[in-house]
Amino acid sequence: MSAALAATSGANVSIQYNEAFVRKFVIATIFWGVVGMLVGVVIAFQLAFPVLNLDLPWTTFGRLRPVHTSAVIFAFGGNALFATSLYVVQRTCRTTLFGGEAMGNFLFWGFQLFIVLAASGYVLGITQSKEYAEPEWYVDLWLTIVWVAYLICFAGTLMKRKEPHIYVANWFFLAFIITVAMLHLVNNAAVPVSFFGTKSYIVWAGVQDAMTQWWYGHNAVGFFLTAGFLGMMYYFVPKQADRPVYSYRLSIVHFWTLIFLYIWAGPHHLHYTALPDWAQTLGMTFSIILWMPSWGGMINGIMTLSGAWDKLRTDPILRFMVASVAFYGMSTFEGPMMSIKAVNSLSHYTDWTIGHVHSGALGWVAFITFGCMYNLVPALWKRERLYSLRLVTYHFWISTIGIVLYITAMWISGIMQGLMWRAYDSLGFLQYSFIETVEAMHPYYVIRAFGGVLFLVGALIMVYNVWKTIKGDLRTEESFEQPAHVPAGAAE
Amino acid sequence: MDLTELYETARSLWVVWLMVLFLGIVFWAFRPKNKKRFEDDAQIPFKDENGG
Amino acid sequence: MNHAILEKNVILLAVCILITVAIGGLVQLIPLYTMEQTIEEVEGVRPYSPLELAGRNIYVREGCYLCHSQMIRPFRDEAERYGHYSLAAESMYDHPFQWGSKRTGPDLARVGGKYSDDWHVAHMINPRSVVPESIMPGYPFMAETELDFGSAAEHLRTLRIVGVPYTDEQIAEAANDLAAQANPDEGDVDALLQRYPKAVVGNFDGDASRVTELDAIIAYLQMLGTLVDFNEYQPEADFR
Repeated sequence: MSAALAATSGANVSIQYNEAFVRKFVIATIFWGVVGMLVGVVIAFQLAFPVLNLDLPWTTFGRLRPVHTSAVIFAFGGNALFATSLYVVQRTCRTTLFGGEAMGNFLFWGFQLFIVLAASGYVLGITQSKEYAEPEWYVDLWLTIVWVAYLICFAGTLMKRKEPHIYVANWFFLAFIITVAMLHLVNNAAVPVSFFGTKSYIVWAGVQDAMTQWWYGHNAVGFFLTAGFLGMMYYFVPKQADRPVYSYRLSIVHFWTLIFLYIWAGPHHLHYTALPDWAQTLGMTFSIILWMPSWGGMINGIMTLSGAWDKLRTDPILRFMVASVAFYGMSTFEGPMMSIKAVNSLSHYTDWTIGHVHSGALGWVAFITFGCMYNLVPALWKRERLYSLRLVTYHFWISTIGIVLYITAMWISGIMQGLMWRAYDSLGFLQYSFIETVEAMHPYYVIRAFGGVLFLVGALIMVYNVWKTIKGDLRTEESFEQPAHVPAGAAE
Repeated sequence: MDLTELYETARSLWVVWLMVLFLGIVFWAFRPKNKKRFEDDAQIPFKDENGG
Repeated sequence: MNHAILEKNVILLAVCILITVAIGGLVQLIPLYTMEQTIEEVEGVRPYSPLELAGRNIYVREGCYLCHSQMIRPFRDEAERYGHYSLAAESMYDHPFQWGSKRTGPDLARVGGKYSDDWHVAHMINPRSVVPESIMPGYPFMAETELDFGSAAEHLRTLRIVGVPYTDEQIAEAANDLAAQANPDEGDVDALLQRYPKAVVGNFDGDASRVTELDAIIAYLQMLGTLVDFNEYQPEADFR
């Protein structure tokens, strides 16, 4: 909050952290966030009104859906992870980036190139059609190069740290980087048909490919969207609340149990399929146990505020962060529940899964990212504060209403469709044809799309707020309740 | 079939080994002796002198 | 064990993380490759013919799996709606697998033979012409795009590298087989059926003058789930 003031403070020699490239990552995060959410809204409307597919090769749902998922997961989430991890690692190690600004710039442009290569491929029909691992072999190879540089850069910075202890946020970031590398390499092992062509065939087949894919797919959630973002939580929630994490000891136990358990949970995506039973049971068991470390993390995040709950009222940025942790708690309860085979037999293949993913993606991933961006922008551009905290509040409420509309619509449509598929009439015949269940989805698809629109509107409010902040404007507005006498210590 | 049994045994051994490891981490993390240093470690985010 | 050493040594921390996250994958993945009972032995499953493969590649290209599963679960309602539950063996030559995770549209694992070629043509060009409530995109461009699969032999050879047992003969005859399946009046259909039993042949899109993407995708759809004869299938050999 008080970067400009604090920079001049003190006896210590000030370290010139590498920040110029972090600013680029912050802008890319927001840019791709809006792009990804916009495509999400478009495909949501396509499901409600199929004419919007336009029946052109490049605009059908099948080609745009990976653009949406990759844009929000890898472009929005990925840039947020790059920005925060490389910002946090420097500050918690009290040292500059390994490789300096040049390394930061390589990572930035390298990763943006990956995004553009991947997305342009989808639109042109170049895809592996493995969920969340759609990019073809040449894009995968490029990402591998960028990722190895990322690992070297991150670990190198840790090695030259001035702080003896490695702060827990960095453990989560390191685990995220290492695990994603492992998953990416194994799941994308493929043989190209020709060196100059885009098409390749994955080396795994059938049931093995299914298991490999969901070992990858679930841990893209577990490590990309969870471990990495928990790293953010462990730095930015204490920082924003201006108090240390609730229990550092819990964070250690949380870390090891979470990374160990997550990796087993993949087979719950393959319940009742041709995957052998032992693997399904194993996946279900670990998914249920996973509930515990997940809630350990949630408790640690939320309880960081204990004794300072009033800040939720006065600091909308912190409210974003705490709400995100609450959503995290909700979806990590829902997830284990849906991994129980009996529940999964109903929920699988339906919109319930889509709703679950979005309560995690919108509620947890996007909200914690918004909170971090609001924290980072004034710090990185050396502004006194954000342009407007009121606008943060509007962003918060509009997005929250959007999420609620989205996930309730998907709960209803998912459970309803699951029940309709298995409904029998009094004569013992299937009661509904498949297309009748599709028809019944229509109103919920419309509601869902409007939920998405609200979420997008919230993000656009953020764009305006961030833009004004970077410009250096300050909106004159009454602050939340306690105007002048914010204790000096609260801003360090 | 031998392979199956081998995997069954290996799997249960993993469970035992990991249980030991888990309890070790819990013991270490919650040992009263270590309380002070963890409280110090938790302060790391507030130590960077540029503020922010 | 002293955790303090761990948290001060980056390399050690990284190695411990790698071991911790590797265990789950090792225990779940490796047995699937080494244990014989992962995939049951079933009569009839064969590699895709060149035309079917071309169709499958279009299916992959368009991301059909995002809305259509190819994995029937062993429930009464699914059996009645789609047919016998899917076997691991039925996708043993699928690179990549296309089981899917969402049924915005119906399961396609056994769609082969359920609808006529004409129905598929109409449905692909404009789904709402045959199913008014459908929300599927139309693919009229497939009917107009000539199939680009001149390198069929290369594709078969690549698939052989990753484990699909294509023979030298199948690779050598790939182009001819493709032509024969889409235009049975002019090709050697007997030889095709010798190499790919139960392959469905025909002028799928009704236009014999050229082979379009529509021909290929319909050839693929019409063979889905038709290879195994479930009158002869022995469920006790089923490992799940």
